[in-house]
Amino acid sequence: MADIKNRPLLEVRDLRIEFPTRRGTLVAVDGVSFDIAEGEVLGVVGESGAGKSLTGASIIGLLEPPGRIASGQVILNGRRIDNLPYEEMRHVRGHDIGMVFQDPLTSLNPLYSVGRQLIETIQTHSDLSDQAARKRAIELLGEVGIPSPKVRIDQYPHQFSGGMRQRVVIALALCVNPRLIIADEPTTALDVSIQAQIITLLKRLCSEHGAAVMLITHDMGVIAETANRVAVMYAGRLAEIGPVDEVIKRAKHPYTDGLMGSIPKLSGATERLVQIEGSMPRLTEIPNGCAFNPRCPKVFARCMDERPDLTHVGRSEVACWLYDQQMERTGSDG
Amino acid sequence: MLAFIVQRLLQAIVVMFVVALISFSLFRYVGDPVNNMLGQDSSTEQRELLRERLGLNDPVPVQFFHYVGNALQGDFGLSYRMGKPVDELIAKRLPATIELVAVSAVLALLFGVPMGVYTGLNRNSWLSRSLLTVSLVGISLPTFVIGILMILVFGVWLGWLPTFGRGGVVDLGVWQTSLLTLQGWSHILMPAITLALFQLTLIMRLVRAEMLEVLRTDYIKFARARGLRNQAINYGHALKNTLVPVITIMGLQIGSLLAFSIITETVFAWPGMGLLFLQGIQFVDIPVMSSYLVLMALFFVIINLTVDLLYYAVDPRLRSQHVGGAAH
Ligand SMILES: Nc1ncnc2c1ncn2[C@@H]1O[C@H](COP(=O)(O)OP(=O)(O)O)[C@@H](O)[C@H]1O
Ligand code: SF4
Ligand SMILES: [Mg+2]
Repeated sequence: MADIKNRPLLEVRDLRIEFPTRRGTLVAVDGVSFDIAEGEVLGVVGESGAGKSLTGASIIGLLEPPGRIASGQVILNGRRIDNLPYEEMRHVRGHDIGMVFQDPLTSLNPLYSVGRQLIETIQTHSDLSDQAARKRAIELLGEVGIPSPKVRIDQYPHQFSGGMRQRVVIALALCVNPRLIIADEPTTALDVSIQAQIITLLKRLCSEHGAAVMLITHDMGVIAETANRVAVMYAGRLAEIGPVDEVIKRAKHPYTDGLMGSIPKLSGATERLVQIEGSMPRLTEIPNGCAFNPRCPKVFARCMDERPDLTHVGRSEVACWLYDQQMERTGSDG
Repeated sequence: MLAFIVQRLLQAIVVMFVVALISFSLFRYVGDPVNNMLGQDSSTEQRELLRERLGLNDPVPVQFFHYVGNALQGDFGLSYRMGKPVDELIAKRLPATIELVAVSAVLALLFGVPMGVYTGLNRNSWLSRSLLTVSLVGISLPTFVIGILMILVFGVWLGWLPTFGRGGVVDLGVWQTSLLTLQGWSHILMPAITLALFQLTLIMRLVRAEMLEVLRTDYIKFARARGLRNQAINYGHALKNTLVPVITIMGLQIGSLLAFSIITETVFAWPGMGLLFLQGIQFVDIPVMSSYLVLMALFFVIINLTVDLLYYAVDPRLRSQHVGGAAH
């Protein structure tokens, strides 16, 4: 018991995701490791193409072929889930891990009423009768802030606005109280004016239901307000991971530092521009050494041919040669 | 809902009006009925008398008005060739064609949809691959070739099935059917399969393509992420969405079954409308031709109307559009 208590809810160990192509194997995610504790919110940031979605999809076992987990492990509550047979993994999905996708307009089946989709999900993972499931569905709709849920439950997705649909999606993800929610850019497709509401709702509901969250976003402002810890991804690897205040106030990796320059001002001007020159390399063009070296303002000789691994620096872990000496110093102590 | 139906009905009436106009103009511009009926060497008086009797001397709009009025009562005039009322000829032939087309449509759906679903879900199985390969043959061989091959194999070589006609029909008063006896079925089987084959392969390929498309959508991914059972995802969420576009095509395909039935009826000497029409063309039998046109148009209109209503039943987005806007 004690052992399970001390273990994190989710452990991702050395995850490597590959795409076999005609021109050889593309490595889209390379050696990513992190934990998510019970009830914790882990923010995952990084430019588009960094491998955030693939990491999320592989945790819930929905990586689409030809993409595949080439090595590494995903462990939920001490149980390895990355190699489960389809039927067993199906029980994990929805029941233990819920997912919220980016676009609420396309996440719901247009031909099924909202209630039917909710009831179907509830009954898949429980023995509730039709009536009880319907009652639960109405409660859920109320919980996610949909007015007059008794009427709305029989309506179809197209009768809901974008924000309302994302609330339905959240209700669907939380249906049977999963321990972990993976939210992949849950507000990117929404109107700016309702993004904050949805994030607040997601955070409140997950903490009420006791679900941990892996919140994928490229909005540092959202991370600052919502997450307990942050993981910064770059070109398929973790650049930095640590407690949110540490990473935001004392960003260590030069890439994180650059991202911080792009936190939206409180005035509401949402400026998501990454203020780092250049763009992330394509998977086929990742340079030798540190993948960030073409854009790094602090690049030096070693960065050009050796790839840095994550090492503890203060309360964070950072993959950057700048902190190597420090590591050696602490390393020689212990 | 009512507004929707009324709107569609109005459209249908416009279509039928235009078709009536075209088939009416056949009388005026294709051949001369008087020549056809009396022969080249009749006297001028005889001709004039007949023109008067047929109403050909009336102003054109009046003639059209009569034509529509008569057609509405099922009166399409006398066949030039057989001298019998066209509606009687049709009444004898129509059941044969309708039964042929209906059996073909049912065959095409009954096999096409499940085969499409199967090949969509099991993209790489050997059965899918062979079905797709064989279906290429079905699509690229012309109907008459398939018909003749079938006659050769099952009629001539194996001698299992009769190769022409409807066989013994059961008379139900207004309707003569070949679907109530085994012998009738043995006659309809080959023509129906021949006619169905093209549509079957088309429907299979269409369902497969739609299925693949739908399986890639976000709502299917989300359904998987919620841990729904595969059956619920494949045969519920995915299939239902697949059917929306498939319904349209199937409506069109039943139309083309009617069109292709002309060829099949010729190959199998099937005593239906198509054969009647072909003979009508040979003898420039305008009343037969024009009534065939009108009847086919009527079928198309009815099928389209049915398709629209089916759409309406399947897709809630249409329903609320016509109720008057979505609630937000
Ligand atoms: N089917 C695929 N074939 C090849 N590469 C792919 C495929 N799908 C995704 N990728 C690559 O994986 C990388 C990471 O994608 P993704 O996880 O979606 O990034 P993010 O969510 O961080 O924007 C991208 O660079 C993309 O090019
Ligand atoms: S390792 Fe070098 S190139 Fe990479 S981030 Fe650190 S300083 Fe920049
Ligand atoms: Mg993404």
